[in-house]
Amino acid sequence: MSEKVLMKGNEAIAEAAIRAGCRHYFGYPITPQTELAAYMSKRMPKIGGVFLQAESEIAAINMVYGVAGTGKRVMTSSSSPGVSLKQEGISYIAGSDLPALIVNVQRGGPGLGGIQPSQSDYFQATKGGGHGDYHLIVLTPASVQEMADLTGLAFDLADKYRMPAMLLADGTTGQMMEPVALPEEAPVLIDKPWAVTGTGMARRHNIINSLYLQPDELEKMNFARFERYAEVEKNEVRYESFLTEDADIVIVAFGIAARVSKNAVVAARKEGIKAGLIRPITVWPFPKQALSDLANTAKGFISVELSMGQMIEDVRLSIHDRKPVRLCNRAGGMIPSPDEVLAAIRKMQEEV
Amino acid sequence: MVVFQKPKSLTDAELHYCPGCTHGIIHRLVAEAIDTLGVEGKTIGVAPVGCAVMAYNYFACDMVEAAHGRAPAVATGLKRSLPENVIFTYQGDGDLASIGMAETVHAATRNENITVIFVNNAIYGMTGGQMAPTSLPGQVTQTSPYGRDVTVAGYPIRVCEMLAKLDGPEFIARVAVNNVKNVKAAGKTILKAFQNQIEGKGFSLVEVVSSCPTNWGMTPVKALEWVENNMIPYYPLGVYKDRSAEVTEQ
Amino acid sequence: MTTEILIAGFGGQGVLFAGKFLAYKGLIEDRQVSWLPSYGPEMRGGTANCSVILSDDPVGSPIVSKPMILMAMNLPSLDKYENDVLPGGMIFVDSTLISRKVTRTDVKVFYIPSTQLAKDIGAPTLANMVMTGKVIRECADISDQNLEAALGKVVSARHADLKEINLKALQTGMEYAD
Repeated sequence: MSEKVLMKGNEAIAEAAIRAGCRHYFGYPITPQTELAAYMSKRMPKIGGVFLQAESEIAAINMVYGVAGTGKRVMTSSSSPGVSLKQEGISYIAGSDLPALIVNVQRGGPGLGGIQPSQSDYFQATKGGGHGDYHLIVLTPASVQEMADLTGLAFDLADKYRMPAMLLADGTTGQMMEPVALPEEAPVLIDKPWAVTGTGMARRHNIINSLYLQPDELEKMNFARFERYAEVEKNEVRYESFLTEDADIVIVAFGIAARVSKNAVVAARKEGIKAGLIRPITVWPFPKQALSDLANTAKGFISVELSMGQMIEDVRLSIHDRKPVRLCNRAGGMIPSPDEVLAAIRKMQEEV
Repeated sequence: MVVFQKPKSLTDAELHYCPGCTHGIIHRLVAEAIDTLGVEGKTIGVAPVGCAVMAYNYFACDMVEAAHGRAPAVATGLKRSLPENVIFTYQGDGDLASIGMAETVHAATRNENITVIFVNNAIYGMTGGQMAPTSLPGQVTQTSPYGRDVTVAGYPIRVCEMLAKLDGPEFIARVAVNNVKNVKAAGKTILKAFQNQIEGKGFSLVEVVSSCPTNWGMTPVKALEWVENNMIPYYPLGVYKDRSAEVTEQ
Repeated sequence: MTTEILIAGFGGQGVLFAGKFLAYKGLIEDRQVSWLPSYGPEMRGGTANCSVILSDDPVGSPIVSKPMILMAMNLPSLDKYENDVLPGGMIFVDSTLISRKVTRTDVKVFYIPSTQLAKDIGAPTLANMVMTGKVIRECADISDQNLEAALGKVVSARHADLKEINLKALQTGMEYAD
């Protein structure tokens, strides 16, 4: 780790990606992630990398698909409306078992929505926003340090499991500056014998493809892929647990919502309410077991989200509705204050 | 003495194309260019969505299957990642000139150093004969059953003429494969489009005016006559842009 | 100790820059810091604000909704945020641009003609740093150390000559007695 510097979250992602060995970036301008592209446009030409402003998000994700096929680390970034446009390409990347990184610095929706922070692309990110059966590994940074750390991790996991990974950030984590210790530039790159690099007349041709017209063949591919997903669910769940051991009320929140919730948990503890926080760092795979275990001791759960309530479904599924689950949310670019979350905690304390 | 043999850079897979379809000829011309230049080992092809969707099974080089219309973007990624390799796309009219027009124009204007083979048969073949962006005025298709009405569906797009107006691209040409003479000329033009890439000259697109006997509802011979009498007059053959030479028109 | 600061004014008044300066100063002093700007079209000539948190503990939410310190660089900012300031907190008012008085009685108020003072020292664009100097003087949690070091981080190498005038602006604010 190097000396700490103050950096915007968007820039921290870009620098961390470069240090993770990413030399290809394709994007299209959209607020509030544009600093990431701007940073890449400055740095890539100086290190022999590729920065290309594509004609659309659709083109950008397909350029990513092309580079991913050659086995090199590659990424794109956008914000909610742009990420919707990328869904076709993401489905193809998943269907061709290629590693790649997609960054979504979320803003309010639906439609053109707004430009303020949001978490309302949770369903799109975790349930497969494009067509077909697939998953992304979805990581949710809550600080600028995590913007950097999870970027490197996302590339590693994508390579390891041959699947696309997504960094699901938001306008706040993208725009804010915090001290960050950037990782050393020491990417661990693995061999990719499946890549298209030219046969060199030394092997049979490799094909990057998601088309299987024989249904039994396509089914086989899907089952094999989901066996890999099961491994991811077994090995790669990540979350932070804060004061949950004796908690009566467990907040579940990720990203910026978790930062706000942490303040509320501390405030609740001062009032004598036993509150705690589970902060999923991966939302796919989701920390189901951790929540299920807590349902044995906790009296209730509150899902704090910058959406109309999306992750709450995973919370309820994780605990099989054994305990009440409430929603504390703001939408459209609004962020709940610690007081609002505290009020939700107090209310639940009275009910349970 | 061997008078005719399959190019080495085609696999032994049996083509799925309809009888009388000219995709087979065009595949062969592309493979011959790759063989002639001796670049099979470093070539990566990009297959489209359309009749040539399974071209990845037919070319012996590494292949990537692209989403509908996105082949030039995928090829851009490939070429930017592997600038020393030879990258080509093989696309139909719906793929290149309708859903993928933005990708086509922008790859051209960036002078992306790739080779684009554009097969124009004025119809959507794979989905069973719907109107294409290049269907002729009055042409009857499944989705223009009374003939293409330009007041409703607009006019066909002449891709070469349009792209040649751009400052970016290196080489834009239109050929046909409806007779022996044209096939031979097409082969030379396709070879040049690959040669340009190897020489680092940039975006080289060859439009191949082609036939679709099945969806045109004609015998293969009639279809080739229709190419001569209807397609070529609307889509004149020739070199529309050749930055490294004088622009010549046939 | 945690100090939450909200700096607000017109776009172009250097609101974000002043916040960056304070955040970097905190970083140099090995504190936990966060800096969060408003962003979007309002930045282009409209109102801009940023939240800065300086703390000895990890920073929870980076959003400052109840500031301990409000730096109001224009009237709309004072109107908008006056009531959010914590009781016992401090409001710094650019009295060159804001003629009204603060109505709260449970906060400490400092009226500082920072725009005029900045003009007087020949640096009309540095009202932000004049006011920041005053904040440094009045806030016990922000030391008067490491000013040059922090300026070195926020003034780009290309404009290194501007460090001196920024320092002068800070000192002007620190020395101003209202």
